[in-house]
Parts: sequence; C-alpha cells; structure tokens
Amino acid sequence: MTIEPRPPPLQLVARLRRALGGGAGWGGFALQILFVAALVWIGYEIVANARANLESQRITSGFGFLSNTAGFDVSQNLIPYSGSDSYTRVFWVGLLNTLLVAIIGIFFATVIGFLVGLGRLSPNWLLSRISGGYVELVRNLPVLFQILFWYLAVLGVLPNPRQSISLFGSFFLSNRGLVIPKPIAAAGLEPFALAILTAIVAAWLLRYYARRQLFESGRLITVWPYAVGLLIGLPLLASLVFGAPVTFEVPELKGFNFSGGSRVIPEFVALTLALSIYTAAFIAEIVRAGIQSVHQGQMEAGASLGLTRGSTLRLIVVPQALRVILPPLTNQYLNLTKNSSLAVAIGYPDLFSVFAGTTLSQTGQAIEIIAITMGVYLLISLVTSAIMSFYGWRIGRSLRA
Amino acid sequence: MKRVSLVLALAVAAGLSTQPATAQTLKTVKDRGMLSCGVSQGLPGFSAPDDKGNWTGLDVDVCRAVAAAIFNDPTKVKFVPLSAKDRFTALQSGEIDVLSRNTTWTLSRDTSLGANFTGVTYYDGQGFLVKKSLKVNSALELNSASVCVQTGTTTEQNLADYFKGNNMKYEVIAFATADETVKAYESGRCDVYTTDVSGLYAERLKLANPADHAVLPEVISKEPLGPMVRHGDDQWFDLVKWVLFAMVDAEELGITQKNVDDMAKSDKPELKRAFGTDGNLGEQLGLTKDWVIRIVKAVGNYGESFDRNVGAGSKLGIARGLNQLWNKGGIQYAPPIR
Repeated sequence: MTIEPRPPPLQLVARLRRALGGGAGWGGFALQILFVAALVWIGYEIVANARANLESQRITSGFGFLSNTAGFDVSQNLIPYSGSDSYTRVFWVGLLNTLLVAIIGIFFATVIGFLVGLGRLSPNWLLSRISGGYVELVRNLPVLFQILFWYLAVLGVLPNPRQSISLFGSFFLSNRGLVIPKPIAAAGLEPFALAILTAIVAAWLLRYYARRQLFESGRLITVWPYAVGLLIGLPLLASLVFGAPVTFEVPELKGFNFSGGSRVIPEFVALTLALSIYTAAFIAEIVRAGIQSVHQGQMEAGASLGLTRGSTLRLIVVPQALRVILPPLTNQYLNLTKNSSLAVAIGYPDLFSVFAGTTLSQTGQAIEIIAITMGVYLLISLVTSAIMSFYGWRIGRSLRA
Repeated sequence: MKRVSLVLALAVAAGLSTQPATAQTLKTVKDRGMLSCGVSQGLPGFSAPDDKGNWTGLDVDVCRAVAAAIFNDPTKVKFVPLSAKDRFTALQSGEIDVLSRNTTWTLSRDTSLGANFTGVTYYDGQGFLVKKSLKVNSALELNSASVCVQTGTTTEQNLADYFKGNNMKYEVIAFATADETVKAYESGRCDVYTTDVSGLYAERLKLANPADHAVLPEVISKEPLGPMVRHGDDQWFDLVKWVLFAMVDAEELGITQKNVDDMAKSDKPELKRAFGTDGNLGEQLGLTKDWVIRIVKAVGNYGESFDRNVGAGSKLGIARGLNQLWNKGGIQYAPPIR
C-alpha cells in the first residue's frame, strides 16, 4: 500500500467556482450563464414562432392525434393490433418491430462477425481468403441494395402458397413466408419451465464449484457433459411425468393462405439477413483489429504453456482484445439499429414505416411525428451505448483485478 | 431521404420565417417565372414523363393550364415528383405552389393539413387488381388474401374498412412508392393489388403481361381526386379553382383547341364573357382578359385533356363515366363564368 497525503477538501464556494467557471473564475461563470440563456431564448423563439405560423396556416398541431383511430392494418404485430386501435398503438407496434429486427440482427451480426474475423486470422489459407473475400465484397456494396437483393432473391426463388415447400407436413415455406406450428400452452408447461430453471441453476452451481476447485487445488474438472445432461434430462423427465408442456397448432392451407400456426414474413427475413450480413463484415474487421492489437507474445506464451490455439484465443487473447473491440462494436450495433429504418423499401412495418410514414401522411403532423421518431431512435441508441459501456466497464474491472 | 429534408424545410419555414407564409403566391410565381407543381412519381395518364421526358397527364394538364393562364406558356412549370406520403409536407413547406397528384378529397385532409382542395379533376373509386389465374370474380372471394398497397393513402384505410365490414381476413403489405408496390405484386408476394381504379388501369400497363391481370368489378369507395393549394392565400385558391372550372366550362360551351380562334369572334354573350371581349373577368382573378383562350390553346378543354390522357385517345382507354359533363350523364359541373 502506498500512503499519500490527501489534499484538503475545497471550500464549497471554490468548488462551485471551479465547476462552473473553469479556469476563468467568476467571469467565465457569467459568460456560461449568458450562453445558456441565449440558447434557451433561441429555442423558445423557434417553438413559439412555429406554433404561431402553423396556427395562422391552420395546420393542426399538438399531440391529440395520438389517441385517434388509426384505421389501417399492419402485417406484423407483436402485440394485438387491429385497424380500430389508436395511433399510439401503431407507434408501439412499429417500435417493437424495429427492436425485434435490431436485437436479432445484432445477435447474428455478432456471431457471423466474430467467426469471419477469427477466420481471417486463421493459419488455414482457404479459410482466411474466404473470410477476406466476404468482408471486401459485403462492406463495399450499399446496404439498401443488399436489402433489396435479399428481398427479391428470397421472393423470386420461393413458390406461391399452393405449391409451398413442406417439411414434415407442418412447416411450410412459400413466398408468403415461413409458416410454423404455433405452440399453445398445455398442462405440463409449469413443471417444464420449473425443470429448465432448476437445470440452469444446477449447471451454474456446478461451474462455480469446478472453478473453486481449479483455483484452490488446481484440479481441472470437466463439467460441461453434466451440465448438458442436466439441461436436457430434467425438462425431459418433467414432460414425461407431467405431460407435454405445449401442444402445436398445425397450419393448414385455406383459400389463398395458411390459417393457424405462426408466420415469419419474408420482409422480416430479408431485412434481418441483409443487416446481419452487412454489419458482420464491419464487425469482422473490428474483431481482427482487436485481436491483432494484443501482443504476439501472448499467443506464444499461451502456446508455451501447452494451451491449444483455441484455448489461448478464448482465455487469453479475446478478453484483452475486447477492450479494444467494444467501442467500435457499439458503433456497429447503433448503425444496424438505425439502418433498420430502410425497412420501408421492402414493406417491413418498422417504426419509420408505420409511424413516420403512414401515420405522418394520414395526420399530416410532420413536426410532431418526426420529433417523436427522432427521440425514440436517440433513446434506443443511448440505451445500447449505456449497456455496452457497462459491459466494457466490467471487462476493464476484471482485467485490472 | 427526400422526406427528411422536406420536414426540415417545413420546420425551418415554420420556425424561422418571421412572416407567415400567407404571402401572395401569384406574385411569387410571377417573380420566379415558373410554377412549381407537385405531381406523382409516374402514374400513366395522370402524371408521368413521356419518352422525351416531358410530363404529360390529366393532373399535369391542370398545372400546364395554370402556367398558360399566368405566363401564356404551358412549359413554364417545374414538376416535382412526390410519393404519397411526402406530398402534403411539400405543399405545407412551400416547395410547391400547387399539388396536382391524384389526391383524394377528404374532410380531414381539407381541414387539418393547412390546405384546400380546389375542385375535382377525376371522380374515382378504389378497386382490386388480381391475376386471372386465381379465378377470382368478386372482391368478396378475397378472404385471407395478401394485399399490396401504397402507404400513406386513403386506400390503406378503405381496405381495412372493407375487409372488416365483410368479416374477411387479409394481410396487408405496405410499400412507400407505387413502383415497389407493383413489383411486389408482380413477384407474387401478394394476391391482390389495390388502389384507385384509374390507377389500376394505369399500373397494369407497366406489368409484363397486362392481359393476365383483371380488375374486379367492386368499387369500394368514393375517391374524388383534385388539386390542392395552401391555406391563407384566397387569390391563389380562386385562380387555381377557376382554371379547372374554365376547362370544364370550355367543354360545355363547345370551345376546343382547334376552334378557339373562330369561337373568339362569336357574338354569343356567354362566349364573349369567357373570351374577355366583354367585361374583365380574367383580371378579377389576377390574370389577363384572354385567360380562357390561353388555357384552351395550351391544353384544350377538359374533355380533350381527358380523352388524350386517360380516355379513348389514350392507352388506358377509360370510359368517361362519372367524369362526363353533367348534361351528358356524368357529374362534372362547373359554375358559370360570369
């Protein structure tokens, strides 16, 4: 432990002066107050002037429209929605559709990106060239073009519903999307869920025990076969004892389309696919740069300890590389989320399409709706950044420890 | 991203302009030497560029007639192609002087958008286009169908009302532009394409095999299409309104592009008023005495424009129907020029 004399705490007034005025003292403080006042005044003038002008042209303004009936339908809604619901409901439907694409897209982009990034560094000539080719091809084509390509490619290949490709008579693939049996809760659901929960907790405890053993006595215990056994065995046992957790509603072809079952619309598939593949190319480069930023000696040290290449990467290199990877990775996540607003080109009902598109043109209240939409995208981005910063802080903490 | 810039323009126009946009549009147009006219992104018969890049169509003729009345030159128009959802913002922000883009006149649009409809250029209704191979003969057989529609239109809401009213299920896929909508319909994503019937005939021409597609007999809504101008400039509102009336009145009076010079010598009192040889009606609108002659010489009367663009003389071949003059079985009717 080092012992340093702590500086005496500043007096309150001095602290305030330093916080507000910086080095310039009270004069700087006054200047800042003036600056803020000027900003507030300009903002107020703009809002007041806009209100007056909208009123004089008799353009409706305000947020009253949000409770009006929307009167149009949406092709994918995660919460119950019909045309007789309000514009507020439309907003939520659109927002959830945007978040769905963003979350699933981020997941796949990360997985593909890491694989390609590691592949590019692989000593295997073929693998590294294929990964390099993927990155150069994908990141140099415009994303809108890629979305349209996947949409038209997906649609062009698939048959119409009457000739749909059927798997086991219960999965149907056609140009209306993928129709799958819809799970409906049955009597065995609660014991089943309980069994899964128990298995997860038990597996986690096993891992904890194994790590303790490793650190305290240096004994390496392989636990993953037991964990997998628990995770599969317990729920299986529960469903054998208490009956099946869910029954399935099998889709049927009726008239033009399938009735029953759940459906994944092709717009969603095309958009998620395009955004994942596009963003993955950038993530791959970030991962490569991150790993190359870790000193080569770390790899050699791992090898001299007798670790395999995979173990060295997983245990030594990647954790250090993550510190470099995370900030630009956050950027890519934000880009993917914002790029999802290109959905409007292929008719996927995201927030930008149903709210800043349809709702805007039906109500004509451009300023309000664009303001709300901007606010929402800003909020999504800030929350994503915050989560990533928190993760980065945790990694930094454990590396310092 | 055009729309974002439009919205910004609106926000800036509303937020920063010191005087409200009630300025005299006619004066602005004259100073500029050009009329700025909002049209569709290409709807054959109504507003679409021809093979030489000239805009033609019924909606285009309204703007050309306004330009002819002001400048005696129907080419002094700048056409601004707009998607359905951008159109009102473009008008509100002052980017265009007239919106002549197959826009349905409804109460909410007339009151809440800060704009006025100046008349009806085409009485339309919403219909359905299907592939003949589906062997569907009525819209009531469309239960559980997938429907492609252009977003930001009254079509979307009529569709919801119609299927709900008839207890039918459907799936709607909404696209931003008419071209994307038709492409999705053609690729088989949807069973049905719906828009105004005139639009169905026009878009069908763009399909690979127009003869494989049929328009169903049901017309599920009233769609009176007409031009719009901004609130707050009554002189401009009157001018655009009366240019359209003049086209309809010209047809009723029998004035055509060919005979307009001969008719101008006529002694009939209603013709003398229309041609400005008696009184100063055109000047009351802020135009010249010979405004009707200028309009008819430039684009013809309403019937001529209809035939040339959407009627018997065009590829669309739509019958006059409701758009026939009131004294010939239709409902096109204009107040008298006097």
